[in-house]
Amino acid sequence: MTDQRTQMAIEVGDTFDQLLVEDLTRTQIVQYAGASGDLNPLHTDATYATEVAGFPGVFAHGMLTMGMTGRILTDVFGPQNLRAFGGRFVMQVWPGDSLTVTAMVTALLEEDGERRARVTVDTVREDGSSVFVGVATVAT
Amino acid sequence: MPIGRFPVEAGQVLQFARSLGDTNSIFIDPDVAAAAGLAAIPAPPTFVQSSAHFDPDYPLRPHPDRRWFGSGREATGYGPGDEDVASGMLHGEQYFVYHRPLVVGDVLTAIVRDGDMWTKQGRRGGELRFFEVITDYRDEAGELVVTARVVSVSTQHQPKET
Repeated sequence: MTDQRTQMAIEVGDTFDQLLVEDLTRTQIVQYAGASGDLNPLHTDATYATEVAGFPGVFAHGMLTMGMTGRILTDVFGPQNLRAFGGRFVMQVWPGDSLTVTAMVTALLEEDGERRARVTVDTVREDGSSVFVGVATVAT
Repeated sequence: MPIGRFPVEAGQVLQFARSLGDTNSIFIDPDVAAAAGLAAIPAPPTFVQSSAHFDPDYPLRPHPDRRWFGSGREATGYGPGDEDVASGMLHGEQYFVYHRPLVVGDVLTAIVRDGDMWTKQGRRGGELRFFEVITDYRDEAGELVVTARVVSVSTQHQPKET
């Protein structure tokens, strides 16, 4: 992404959207498992996920969804400006899901001697249902 | 689990960013990182999760000398007496505080401490138990770099409330 900005004029209400993944593949889930080290068979082993754990199939790590969500923060504000990022896993993400994130500036503040913005993030599936909701703090 | 040595490496950052579908060149190119005022390639925001690779006892990867709960000949490698490490636990919430940018070349340690515990009635009547665990990642100078806080939920029954 080239729209990374520093020293930008940020205002409350500014909103950014990003497509995070279209048609999530099982292979990407395995790719994340390998990169993160979390090889839980719930995410990597359909036989275990269905026959032992009783799920319809493998599903994405919550941290894959959160990691993808973080892309909008580093793309828009820059990794060097991220001060905090957190949130709640609302629903499981399944192979075939497409995810979009919306980030919105909700407050501007002075904190630890610098100008910062509070930013909410809401990652949704194609049906509009949230899978991850969170908040970040960025230096502006 | 505590981790004695977690080196932040360029190859691992590349693989981690790639697995997130992240094409931002700042995670690959030191010159792009330098232009952003960083001493080296930065790590993506959730990168400290991959410290699991440096936890010698991390339960969510197979170990050569232990049975694994995933499938092989059978749907699980566990017998009746083996306790499934992932059973009934859900990752509910995750928070990171960044005390400074984490970059390639950093070598971290991780110390884990318990946070709060609380309970809530689930929508289907069962009791949900929440456990908070906090991990402090420090650099070689002993300075805090990232604080991670996870809230796990124990459902005490089939994990269908997600």
